[in-house]
Amino acid sequence: MIINQKVSDILEVKFPGVVILPDEPHNDFIQIHPEKWKEIAKFIKTDSELKFDSCQCITGVDLGIEDGLEVRYNFHSMQLKHKIEIRIAVERKNPSIPSIEQVWRGANWLEREVYDMYGIRFKGHRDLRRMLLPDDWKGWPLRKDYKTPNIYNGMKIPKVRKGWD
Amino acid sequence: MGLVHAEEMTLNIGPQHPSTHGVLRLKVKTDGEIISEITPVIGYLHRCFEKHCENLSYEQVIPFTDRCDYIAAMNNSFGYVLAVEKLMDIQVPERVEYIRVIMAEYNRIASHLLALGTFGLDVGAYTPFLYMFRDRERILDLFEITCGARLLYNYMWVGGVSHDLPLGFMEASYRFLDEFEKNINEYHNILSYNKIFIERSADVGIMPKDVAIDYGVTGPNLRGSGVKWDLRKDEPYSIYNRFKFDVPVGTGIMGSVGDCWDRYWVRAEEMQESIKIIRQALDKIPREGNVHEALPKKVRPPKGSIYFRTESPRGDLGYYIISDGTPTPLRVKMRSPAFTALSALSEIATGWMLSDVLVILGSLDIVLGEIDR
Amino acid sequence: MTIDNIIQWFQSWFPVNVMVLFITSVLIAAVVIFAIMAVNALVAVYAERKISAFMQDRVGPMGQGPGLHAGKWGLLQTIADTIKLILKEDIIPKAADKKLFIIAPFIIFLGAFIALAAMPFGPYLIASDMNIGIFYILAVSSFGVIGIILAAWSSDNKWSLYGGMRSAAQIISYEIPAALSLVSVLLLTSTLSMQGIIQSQAGTVWGFLPNWNIFNNPFSFLAFFIYFIAGVAETNRTPFDIPEAESELVAGFHTEYSGMRWAFFFLSEYGNMLVVCGLTVVAFLGGWQSPIAGVMEGAWWGLFWFLTKLTATIFIMIWFRWTFPRLRVDQLMNVAWKILLPIALFNLFGVAIWTLLVG
Repeated sequence: MIINQKVSDILEVKFPGVVILPDEPHNDFIQIHPEKWKEIAKFIKTDSELKFDSCQCITGVDLGIEDGLEVRYNFHSMQLKHKIEIRIAVERKNPSIPSIEQVWRGANWLEREVYDMYGIRFKGHRDLRRMLLPDDWKGWPLRKDYKTPNIYNGMKIPKVRKGWD
Repeated sequence: MGLVHAEEMTLNIGPQHPSTHGVLRLKVKTDGEIISEITPVIGYLHRCFEKHCENLSYEQVIPFTDRCDYIAAMNNSFGYVLAVEKLMDIQVPERVEYIRVIMAEYNRIASHLLALGTFGLDVGAYTPFLYMFRDRERILDLFEITCGARLLYNYMWVGGVSHDLPLGFMEASYRFLDEFEKNINEYHNILSYNKIFIERSADVGIMPKDVAIDYGVTGPNLRGSGVKWDLRKDEPYSIYNRFKFDVPVGTGIMGSVGDCWDRYWVRAEEMQESIKIIRQALDKIPREGNVHEALPKKVRPPKGSIYFRTESPRGDLGYYIISDGTPTPLRVKMRSPAFTALSALSEIATGWMLSDVLVILGSLDIVLGEIDR
Repeated sequence: MTIDNIIQWFQSWFPVNVMVLFITSVLIAAVVIFAIMAVNALVAVYAERKISAFMQDRVGPMGQGPGLHAGKWGLLQTIADTIKLILKEDIIPKAADKKLFIIAPFIIFLGAFIALAAMPFGPYLIASDMNIGIFYILAVSSFGVIGIILAAWSSDNKWSLYGGMRSAAQIISYEIPAALSLVSVLLLTSTLSMQGIIQSQAGTVWGFLPNWNIFNNPFSFLAFFIYFIAGVAETNRTPFDIPEAESELVAGFHTEYSGMRWAFFFLSEYGNMLVVCGLTVVAFLGGWQSPIAGVMEGAWWGLFWFLTKLTATIFIMIWFRWTFPRLRVDQLMNVAWKILLPIALFNLFGVAIWTLLVG
């Protein structure tokens, strides 16, 4: 059985209507609605058939100015040795998503990094600060609509070139 | 008797400090020698890797992956090219597969040598560091005769490697492996079984199994905590399923499972396993073959996304690549194993002494280039 | 040659005021001792570099001849380093307590310097053979810790402060086992004079071993090791180098020092090695006595034997440094208070019984 089918079946029983089935069924991901995300996260971590005990990666994605932002989570189970990708779409204006920092402790820094790059607010994160950029940096650099500022703290920022000029 | 009021002192370890392994800053609260709070501050080496990737073609990203983990550049670009190949569905020639495994394992040994050596430095032992550099030097020499570079190779290409193995590489390899195997015992004598070293690292900075998994810590750090998880074994990529090797795990010989000594020991044992893999690969490698055979004319993956993990010397190195069908990736995210390892530092190092914190940090084997990207 | 000899010698030639003569003689002795310290530092630094290099599979400082290449086999390396240190800019941090900052390296230096006044380099080569010689050396060599604390405090640097605190705790702890094992020697020799201690070690024991204190009885054999370990700790060298632990405290108490002031720390570190090793040689290894009784004795042979033993002990210290990792601060205290001190006390008791029954 394909893992995304299995996970979506289990989730459909517990949280009806939360899963948006992917249009590419061979891929190992599912798309879900963000509302009950924290409860779902707790569930998939503890459920005996899923046991996703390790949060491997949280990726922020900007699919383009028209399409909007997305957060993609890669989970892995050290006990059952399977993995799943969960995608949650968020709106571009004022994006926010429930935090899973208290479910997997490793998600703490990974969420901070996504916040740092995309400005997606993780509701309930206890320490949501910038991770890699300086605290006084303006804007969310990995968004497609990001404009590099000309000046940072009195220092000139060199122009970004497209490809090799 | 009046009460003695003790104040906690805030201390900045780094960004300029001999044993932060790069430009890391640890903001610690100290009560005398005891550390009561640790806040790692990172980002001093941030070079906008992910932003760069969105503006470069797929091949041009490879040198950037080298520069992320500059200690194990081969492994980093290995993971990237495998991900892109999977996205494009490319089959590389047999010879290329073997060359890649040989190079990746050599680089794993080189990286572990550096990790163990600098760990020794953190504990205060200078001599083992130079012994290990002596051997690392010879691996770098092998890389140099292969591709001309000693640190950042740009060797793995999408669909192949940049150069075939040079004449004399096999002989030099066998010679090196024979001598290196003996040298490992030398390290054990001077460092691993040294009483002071054991006192300093055993039972220090214990990372229990569940904490390690919860933080997403992987690689030797996770195996040091007693979890047998190695992507080369459990989720074989490339041709790793053809080799016989063991996955060493920490057993708490000197103290308890998951202490600094265990993490050290797992790395030392992994070097032995890497030797085994290289030996088998050198024996089985097809003698003939064009390493540029499968190079695509244009690297333009179809629309889609992939999360691909490989086992780098520091742990599960994941690449999340989204392609929109153009020659430049829409998004390249690197899941850095050292990043997650460092995020666990404040959990396992709080309450230890100042000297221990630096030993624990050393045992995690972080590379700041990979953390800050 | 004690200072008294020099005074008498001068008096027979220039019958002037005794005070003037005294000051002149003391100055001459001081210059000689300073020269000994400087030469020791030059040689020991070169030796340390070369020995560490050979231990680490390197060649160390090398050159092709005089000139820019630090001389044949790098022999001129230390001299070049000295010149560099003298020419370097003297930096005093803005926030430092200036007076204390300036004076601290000299206080540390002074401790090692005046301790050498009672060090017998040969049967007749001693600046001052006091009747409380060993007691005097113990007293003034712990003087250096004041300088370390001053340096640490006045630098106004948190790492320095850590180094100073550790150093104070460490040196005070290790003085006790060191002193106790020296006391067990004094029970055997029943004199505090340095020359007296050496003279009492003449002859042989069991017919073939030299009658040095280390071979005198099992307890003093143990006392030698206790004293030597404690001595290594007192000189702040690996495995006890926690006050300046590079990987932890950047450079410990001398983080903020540079140029000539830093060179004084360096000089006194090697001076302290000289004192500790000298004391080891005097108290346990028979000072300037020849290893084979009655053979190769005399003033110059005495100097030769003393320097040979001194070099050997200094070599052992260097050897320690390049093979051992560093202890943690609490483990260091454990070693001092829970291991060395009980053994030293037991030893003292043992030596006392031994002298009562056997000696």
